[in-house]
Order: sequence, then C-alpha cells, then structure tokens
Amino acid sequence: MSTASEAAEPVVRPVSRSRVFWHSPLGRNVKRVPFYLLVIIVFVYALFPFAWALRCAFTPEGDLFSSPLQYIPSNPTLDNFKSAFQAEFFRKALLNSALVAGGVTLLSLAIGSLAAFALGRFRFRGRSLVMYLMLSMTMFPSIAILGALYTMISGFGIGFIEFPKIYDTLWALLFTYLIFTLPFTIWVLTSFMEALPGDLEEAAYVDGATPFQVFYKVLLPLLLPGLVTTGLLAFIAAWNEYLFALSFIQDPDKYTVPIAITSFVGESGSAFQQPWGTIMAATIIITVPLVALVLVFQRFILAGLTAGAVKG
Amino acid sequence: MSTVAPPVPAPPRRRKSTKLKRRQTRLAWFLLVPSLAVVAFVALYPLGKTIFQSFTDEEFLALNPVSWIGLENYKDLWNDTIFRDSIWTTLKFTVITVSFEFVLGLVIALIVNSSFKGRGVMRAVMLVPWAIPTVVAAQMWKSMLQSNGVISDAGVRLGILAQPHAWIADPSTALAAVCAVDIWKTTPFVALLLLAGLQVIPNDLYEASEVDGANPLQQFWKITLPLLWPAIFVTLIFRTLDALRVFDVFYVFFGNRLGTQSMAIYAQSTIVSDGYVGYGAAISMAIFLVIALFVVIYLSFQRVVTR
Repeated sequence: MSTASEAAEPVVRPVSRSRVFWHSPLGRNVKRVPFYLLVIIVFVYALFPFAWALRCAFTPEGDLFSSPLQYIPSNPTLDNFKSAFQAEFFRKALLNSALVAGGVTLLSLAIGSLAAFALGRFRFRGRSLVMYLMLSMTMFPSIAILGALYTMISGFGIGFIEFPKIYDTLWALLFTYLIFTLPFTIWVLTSFMEALPGDLEEAAYVDGATPFQVFYKVLLPLLLPGLVTTGLLAFIAAWNEYLFALSFIQDPDKYTVPIAITSFVGESGSAFQQPWGTIMAATIIITVPLVALVLVFQRFILAGLTAGAVKG
Repeated sequence: MSTVAPPVPAPPRRRKSTKLKRRQTRLAWFLLVPSLAVVAFVALYPLGKTIFQSFTDEEFLALNPVSWIGLENYKDLWNDTIFRDSIWTTLKFTVITVSFEFVLGLVIALIVNSSFKGRGVMRAVMLVPWAIPTVVAAQMWKSMLQSNGVISDAGVRLGILAQPHAWIADPSTALAAVCAVDIWKTTPFVALLLLAGLQVIPNDLYEASEVDGANPLQQFWKITLPLLWPAIFVTLIFRTLDALRVFDVFYVFFGNRLGTQSMAIYAQSTIVSDGYVGYGAAISMAIFLVIALFVVIYLSFQRVVTR
C-alpha cells in the first residue's frame, strides 16, 4: 500500500500521547464507537415500527392504548390473530392478491421476455425508440389515466371489438396492473439479455437452430436469474398496489390485501374506532412472508433494483 | 419499484448480410408485437382517451350524453382553490421527503459501504421497509401517531413533548406525519441505490488520493460525490416523480380530508367518488404537466452539471 514511504528515509518525529492512544487497539475501538452508535440508530429506526406492530398484535385490544403505555404486553394474547383470520374478506384478500400478483407477473414475464429477446439480441431500426417508449412507460403516473381506465373497464368498444365489463372483478386489476409491470419487466430483462455472452447463441445458429429454439433452449435457461429478479419485483409491486384496487373494486370478496388492511372495523362498527390490535395482527401476517421472501432472494432483488441505475 | 436508467448502449453491430438483417428486423418486430399491443391498449389508448375526456363534461354512469365543452374544465381548474392547495401540499411533501431521503440515504450508504461486522444483516434490514406495502407501513405509523400512541408517549416520557399530541388530526403536524412515513419507508431504498453507485467507484482512487495527502472530507467532495453523480441523479429523479404522484399514505391517513389532499387524491376522488370523469381527466392532465415540468427541470439541470 505505502510503497512511497518505504522508499523514503525513515523520519523520526515526536509522537504525541493522544496519537499513541488513538492507534492502540483500545483507542481504535473507541474511535469506532460513534460509528457503531450510528449503525445502531439506523437499525432501531428501520425496525422499530415492526417491533411496535408485533407488540400491538400480541396486546389485548383493551390494553393497547392504556395509560401508562405498556411497552411489553403484560398479558400477551393470540386473540388479535384469531379475529384477523376470522374476517372472511381478509382471508379472501390474501388469495385474491396472490392470484392477481401471480397472474400479472407470469403474463409480464411471458410477453416481456419475448420483447427482451428482440431488444437485447437484435439491432434494428426503431430499437431505441421502443426502448425510450418502455422507459417513459415505467415513469408513467398511473393516476393520469385513472379516469379513462375507469370508463374502459366498465365496458367499451373500439370499432367492432367489444370489450366486456370487468369493473369490480379481479380481471380489471390483472389488466390494469400490466401498465406498470410490463414496461419495467421488459426494461430489466433487456439489460439481463444484453449481459449474456454471444458465443453460445452463435454456435447454436451455426448448428442450424431457429431463433425460437435459440430463445428457449439457449437464452431462457441462462436468463433464469433475471427472470427470478424481475418476477419478484413485479410481484411485489402488484401485491402492494393500492390506487387501482381502491378505485376498481367494491365487493369485499374481491378485496386485495392493501384494501383489506384498511377495512377492518371495530365491534361498534364505527370507522373511527379502529381495532388496532386486529389490524396490527393482519399487518404481521402480511409482512412475515414478504420479509422471508426478501431475505431469501436478497441478492436477486438487489441486482434487479440496481440494474441500470449505476450505469448512468 | 421503477428504478431504471437511461437506455444502455445497443450491442455492437455485427457484420451480417443485408438479407439476414432484414429477416432479423422482421423477427424482432414480430417478437415485440404482444408487448407493444399491451402497452398501446393499457397506456397509450387510455392516455389519448383521457386527453379527449378532459375536453368533455363526461360523468360516470350519467344518463345525459357526453358533450364537448372545449377548455371549460381547464378554466374551472385554473380557479379551483382545492386543486391549488393540493399542488402546494404535494410540492411541500416532495421537497421535504426527497431531501430528507437523499441526505439520510447517503449517510446510510456511506456507513454500509465501509466494512464492519453485521453489514450483510444491515443490508437485508434495509430491504424490509421497501418490500412491505405502503398501505401497511402507513397503518403501522398511524397507530403509532395516535394521540395516545407510542410516539406521544415516548415524547412525553423523554421530556420532548409537554403533552400527548394527535399528529394526524392536527393540521399543523399532518404533513410532517405523512412525510415521516414516506421517509421511513423509502430512505433505505435510496440508500441501496446510492450504495450500488458507491461500490463501482474504484478503490485505487482513494488510495492514490491518500498518498497525495487528501483528508476524508476532500475525498468525499472530490472523488465520491462527482463519481456518484449518475446514481444520485437517477435516484433523485425517480424519487421526485414518485413523490409527486403520492396517493397511498395520504389516503390511509386523511381519506379525502380537505387541506390535506395530494394531487392524486384530488383526481381520484373527483373521478371515483364524485364521478366527474371529464373534470377528473383535466386534473390528471394537469398532474401530468407538473410531472413533465419536473422532468424538464431535472434534465436541464443534469446538462448544466455534466458540462
């Protein structure tokens, strides 16, 4: 590291006592104290709301806001989890969200990987135009077309094509969620496609493979990490979506998770008396699988989130 | 979720006969057909329809036929104080959250970028707030921000607050309350993006500058910040666009409460609750323009900086 100082004549300098201290093992650790303090603050800041949600989920509804506040429940209970699962709309919402998010993810991957094959492996006129179109779509504010979608899903016709009424069905969500999942999928998959080496593919072409064989026998298996990454991100985005679900769904049987979590009402039935214990239990039920997913696929998610972001 | 950058350069041009090239072009467009059809159908057609609707008096499920009213909606919008308030609220929200998230995110990214025990755990912990639905995060914070919730309680116990405070109900702290949720949920994500940018800065630069006698502060200003600029720019622009269309937190906290509406809340309630599709379309177009304005500002700023 310091070749320069080795070459120079050793210089004897008076060394101050504080300098000796800061370079001793003890001093070096003392110097790290503010650093670790900062690390701890970040940890606490990131995790405290979860800890508090856990505390609320295990506290009986009556003790939640008792004064003085109990930071650790004195008589923990599972009642909140029971009442969360007893709510039929919440159980159904878990299924609905899984169906919609899973469906839209698979659809985006199927259509998007074909587009990524074209954009990542071929050079043709209009390629960058399509890339810019997809990029602008990923930034597209969905609120800007809410009204048009609202009337579209209520049934409409373009010329002779009659579009069925899908308002208040899961199809409405499957259809509209493509707006944000598909362009994003295409964009990220294209960057993964471009990163694949070209030799294998050329060898296959020389052996007389058709482009489609090359696509699903050579490229698709190599693209698997990219598909996992993009699929996860698309799934999470669709699972978390609120605006469209709120606007297009009325029937409690078709609620998605974000709608369900805001729909619990207390025993009095008043919207102002929110049953926080039950809500927090539901929160934990939703959060735990997501956290598990994130921890297991951490690397994939990071790769996808930062795909392109650092290339400038 | 959208964290993509300007397009990467196309793969190097290979020498091919023109006939093959033509065949490839045809194949490429053929592969693009489904995607382009979907985009046209779910985004471009609705966008055109919204523009059209904004010049009409269309109402949802109304019996009278839709008629063209020209710029009437836009004239009304110009004098609409509720909309003006919602722009103002959204702008304040955007400036506060993006600047906090950027500064805090940069600090956290710099921490995680240095090696220490528990770095892997920390990176995993940072992903968690990002992954949970915004609505869920908002609910967690809503319970904490009640007047008898934990934040008031801790504040009183620590002597910071004189008495418990209803953060969400009080209009003077309502905006701070939504900002707190957004900052909590998004800062780790900003940190992760900046961290990715930090990790591609070659270490030699720091070593060389150390030999030259640069102190850490100089290193930060002269090496880290300029080389991190592309990542910073992408992060800022995406965060700003996200913040300008904020909906979820505002809706969970306030519903349609007057004075605390974001632009998206006002548009959604006009279209869905009131059924004024035409006027709502005009609001949507105005939001679109505000967002486009920010994109232009950012891009021209970027041009000035990189020159």
